[in-house]
Amino acid sequence: MSTQSSVVTSATELRAYAPTADLTVSPPPSRIERARPRTGTSPDNLRTEPGPVRFIIITLAVTFLSVFVVLPLVVVFASAFSKGIGTYLAALGEPEALSAIKLTLLVAAISVTLNLVFGVIAAWAIAKFDFTGKTFLITLIDLPFSVSPVISGLVFVLLFGAQGFFGTWLQAHDIHILFAVPGIALATIFVTFPFVARSLIPLMQEQGTQEEEAAISLGASGLQTFFRVTLPNIKWGLLYGVLLCNARAMGEFGAVSVVSGHIRGETNTMPLLVEILYNEYQFVASFAIASLLAMLALITLVVKTVLERRLDEGQEPRDH
Amino acid sequence: MTIEVKNIVKKFGSFAALDNVDLKVDQGELLALLGPSGSGKTTLLRIIAGLDWPDAGEVLIDGENALARGASERHVGFVFQHYALFRHMTVFENVAFGLRVQPRAIRKDEATIRARVKELLDLVQLDWLSDRYPSQLSGGQRQRIALARALAIEPRILLLDEPFGALDAKVRKELRQWLRSLHSEIHVTSIFVTHDQEEALEVANRVVVMDKGRIEQIGTPGEVYDHPATAFVHGFIGESIVLPVDVSGGSVRLGGRPLNIAANGAASGASKLFVRRHDMQIGPAGSGSLEGAVRHVRSFGPIQRAEVALSGGEGKTIIEIDAPRDRELQAGEIVSLQPRRYRIFAAQD
Ligand SMILES: Nc1ncnc2c1ncn2[C@@H]1O[C@H](COP(=O)(O)OP(=O)(O)OP(=O)(O)O)[C@@H](O)[C@H]1O
Ligand SMILES: [Mg+2]
Repeated sequence: MSTQSSVVTSATELRAYAPTADLTVSPPPSRIERARPRTGTSPDNLRTEPGPVRFIIITLAVTFLSVFVVLPLVVVFASAFSKGIGTYLAALGEPEALSAIKLTLLVAAISVTLNLVFGVIAAWAIAKFDFTGKTFLITLIDLPFSVSPVISGLVFVLLFGAQGFFGTWLQAHDIHILFAVPGIALATIFVTFPFVARSLIPLMQEQGTQEEEAAISLGASGLQTFFRVTLPNIKWGLLYGVLLCNARAMGEFGAVSVVSGHIRGETNTMPLLVEILYNEYQFVASFAIASLLAMLALITLVVKTVLERRLDEGQEPRDH
Repeated sequence: MTIEVKNIVKKFGSFAALDNVDLKVDQGELLALLGPSGSGKTTLLRIIAGLDWPDAGEVLIDGENALARGASERHVGFVFQHYALFRHMTVFENVAFGLRVQPRAIRKDEATIRARVKELLDLVQLDWLSDRYPSQLSGGQRQRIALARALAIEPRILLLDEPFGALDAKVRKELRQWLRSLHSEIHVTSIFVTHDQEEALEVANRVVVMDKGRIEQIGTPGEVYDHPATAFVHGFIGESIVLPVDVSGGSVRLGGRPLNIAANGAASGASKLFVRRHDMQIGPAGSGSLEGAVRHVRSFGPIQRAEVALSGGEGKTIIEIDAPRDRELQAGEIVSLQPRRYRIFAAQD
């Protein structure tokens, strides 16, 4: 069929059909082959290096990962449970710990929700419309990634601090932003903004506006088009962005540290509390909180893998 | 329903994609919009559908100002160049979409919607595919689903943007005939974009030929083929031999040699002579006003196609002509040629 040449569009597909070493001319895949869910290129196809080289490379990678990723994780859990499970649970039950957990969840909920909304709006604007200043906006979205988190925090201090830009006005109206939940939330939102927008822009750009136009020409309103056509098409990408955004929001240290004020039982998030407890030689309590963050990381990793698979499947044969 | 497009101008930056386009489509007509790539066909359709807005001009659908309404309120069925089926919905849901998004006040109940979708899938003869996803369909099937989806909202007019563009020749031909019979069944006013002249001539009641954002000619298939209004139309529709000639005082010259044909009122100056390949009469050497050596002959079906290198003039001009099989041509043979029917247009530049 003549349609086949135009079907292989996404990078994923190209990757999967890349000619292998022993097959230089690969025929276009049949429709049946394409309809079958793929699990990725078989490792056999990549055997181009001689055995010993492969062995050394793999050993190096595994060793590196063990030392720098697995070992610290093991240490975290080992230290957390070093005085037995009772002490571990007691440490987590401390009011200070509970308050930090609550604050972290609250801040994550606020920043993920807001970033979800604004991320989708920004991605929509960038992917589906042409306007002057678009490149600038894309650069702006990436800004939080390129600025050190501490600087990001400092910006908020400069804006809302006592000597800051809005400081006098805020004091006059008795509004507390710095050293309170709003400040922590603002700093977190700033640092995590790129995740949702970044994971959506390429996806939405690739999908184009055709389906939306079709929906509108069939009489759908703007909202109907968004909820019935756009959202289902980006849902896996969106979840992916939300997941990463959440992981970063809960784990953020630098920016939050600057704006938090470290008021015990009030403005300490989990990462901040880990540091404080550690500095006070309460190792078990410190590692107990750290173990929660580590578990969050592990869960994130698993869900991320699942989502990535869904995303790849979403880019299976498509009709343009 | 009628469609009237008046003096439409559409610019992208300083580039005019549509330059003063005027067009009237009658009730129940199947009109083909024909033109080379980039001539503004899609842009015109999008403006009629409300997916794009003109910089100047009017669009009237059934006498009513369409530009006052958004795309979702125009009730225009649009079949996209690349189908644009909803990839996350089944075929059934794709077709049902237009019915499901209707305002609650006029929305039909589920049973009515199901019956209507079934009816449409029957109409496009694909009811057996209703649970499939678009990615599991062939190109021709997708195209027909896209058409069923557009018809579901009982559109006032139907716009088809190169509906068969991505399909192979055989499927195109089938769908082409199928579309014509479908149109005679439901009789909705339709505009059908193509850059395939054969398709346009075969399917449409009338053909609009566009080039560079302008309409070059509007007419029945017979008119645009037999009486092309401009050099562009003559060259674009049907295969033509084009020769640079000089017209002066009623006589036509090619490279200084007079051709034994009348200027038919063509203005003096540098001009172009257009002759259809089969309108070049072949005779023994010395009998016509052009002469040349046959370089190569291919025979298929009832004709033989010969490549002839014209003699005289500067440089070598090679033309392709179609001759009936009754007189076998040989490579190397010297023949004389005489245009039987021809048109002369002033050279553009
Ligand atoms: N969004 C746009 N921005 C800038 N230029 C555009 C845009 N859309 C179309 N054009 C230009 O307008 C001209 C007409 O485009 P259009 O899509 O109408 O051509 P077409 O006749 O449909 O061609 P094809 O047969 O290739 O589909 C082209 O030169 C194209 O580059
Ligand atoms: Mg087009």
